[in-house]
Amino acid sequence: MKRAPEHAAPVLNKPVPVRHPGRWISAVIILGFLAVFLQSLVTNRNFRWDIVGTYILDVKVVQGVGWTLILTVGSMVLAIVLAILLAFMRQSENPVFRWSSWVWVWFFRGTPVYTQLVFWGLISVLYPKISAGVPFGPELFSVDTSTIITATVAAILGLGLNESAYLAEIFRAGLKSVDRGQMEAAEALGMGKTKIMWRIILPQAMRVIVPPTGNETIGMLKTTSLVLAVPFTLDLTFATNTLANRTYLPVPLLIVAAIWYLVITSILMVGQHFIEAYYGKGVDNLAPAAINPAAARASAAVAPSADAEPALKMDPEEEAK
Amino acid sequence: MTITTENPLVKIEGLHKFYGHHHVLRGIDLTVNQGEVSVVIGPSGSGKSTMLRCVNLLETISAGRISVGGSLIGYREVNGRLHDLKTKEIAAQRREIGMVFQRFNLFPHKTALQNVMEAPVQVKGQSKDVARKRALELLDRVGLADRAGHYPSQLSGGQQQRVAIARALAMDPELMLFDEPTSALDPELVGDVLNVMKDLAKSGMTMIVVTHEIGFAREVGDRLTFMDGGVVVESGDPREVLANPQHARTKEFLSRVL
Repeated sequence: MKRAPEHAAPVLNKPVPVRHPGRWISAVIILGFLAVFLQSLVTNRNFRWDIVGTYILDVKVVQGVGWTLILTVGSMVLAIVLAILLAFMRQSENPVFRWSSWVWVWFFRGTPVYTQLVFWGLISVLYPKISAGVPFGPELFSVDTSTIITATVAAILGLGLNESAYLAEIFRAGLKSVDRGQMEAAEALGMGKTKIMWRIILPQAMRVIVPPTGNETIGMLKTTSLVLAVPFTLDLTFATNTLANRTYLPVPLLIVAAIWYLVITSILMVGQHFIEAYYGKGVDNLAPAAINPAAARASAAVAPSADAEPALKMDPEEEAK
Repeated sequence: MTITTENPLVKIEGLHKFYGHHHVLRGIDLTVNQGEVSVVIGPSGSGKSTMLRCVNLLETISAGRISVGGSLIGYREVNGRLHDLKTKEIAAQRREIGMVFQRFNLFPHKTALQNVMEAPVQVKGQSKDVARKRALELLDRVGLADRAGHYPSQLSGGQQQRVAIARALAMDPELMLFDEPTSALDPELVGDVLNVMKDLAKSGMTMIVVTHEIGFAREVGDRLTFMDGGVVVESGDPREVLANPQHARTKEFLSRVL
């Protein structure tokens, strides 16, 4: 609210702010605890920071980080693809799809991921051969299960299928969060169901889907430590545990693992920030053009087709004058 | 196509709509001729929006028939039996019918320009260059050439509704449906939207307009239909109906809104 220039500039209010002694007291207490903790980190020799330094870049540890990342990314990609499919199926008009999707989520969410990982590890005992053919009829080809379902594949399948059930619910919630009017507007324009889903509904749902999916990804990073159930023995936790057992120094190697998990989590959080910004465009993120009336009027004045086709010109603001 | 003044584009015959046991539309008949502006008024809950939404199948038709441009909406009639159309066939019918909603329903993750370009590119398969040029013309036509790069959240309600009109026009529909297009707007923004609609009417567009704007009906309407309780109470020349309503319910309604 600008005042007319002939008025003197207003004297700004400078009220005495309310005091907050509680803030100071809590700060002192928390800083006190923090100081004691930091002191113990430095003075308590049982932490063995020298061992942490020795092993933080150990080949086995760095390879473990790599495998943990492969498992995390692989299982999340699998889970996201399945979750989109499951969420679309759940919304389908086809009752068979709706029912199948529900049963999938019910089963994979209802059994422990540890159990599922053990199961995938044992799949070649249960089904020694994978073959394709006509049921009760001739067989077309056949391979040993263990050559296809390696420990890595078993780990990714176990983690990914379990995660798909949780993500399916997140995606379903996201799709439901989009206003019904969006579907109607797209339908009224004659868009087909698939295009409406991919171009109109899903991009808007992503605003709601990304934060909990980031949460799940970070959760998955840590859940990969369960793959010893398969058994898969190259991930970060297994690598540091092996080193701890060999050196009889569990604490510093737990710290090594914790530091790496924290580093990866931090990187994932940065990535999530950019993904959120991308899908927030138009709503949370209004980057391109703030409304500037002067510039707008100037560009309107030179708008090309207005002069070229005066008959088409229908500016209601002008007509109103 | 017959060469008479009576050239019906839209024919609604014996339209009924049930929501469960709730009987919302109780036998609606309405004909809209080519180039005509048909205005529908009535108290809320009278079924006027439901009727409009049946025309492009946002609501299923419980009983009766609607045809647009001579083709039956939503069904194929074979040997006197109705068969549901496939989703793709319904989408094809909707391409010929533009719709403007009370709450605009612009795509919030797309700019004004992208909103207008979306259907021509994705549905009609126009090249982006052609669609962009046409979209800019349409945005200019509704007075928003300078807002092409803005997201809906950066536009006022009146501007959003004008983008929504441009978006519907981009598909070159033969019929435009307006579902209370100014009801969600601040009073001072209503005029801009109505002016765009008036110019559209002048250009010869066939329009069905559900509205509370009696002034618009009087000035632009070729026919005024008053609905109440799921039936058409009265229908005729807007000036006559408004000046000299024949039914008690019409009189009562008009006395409250005028």
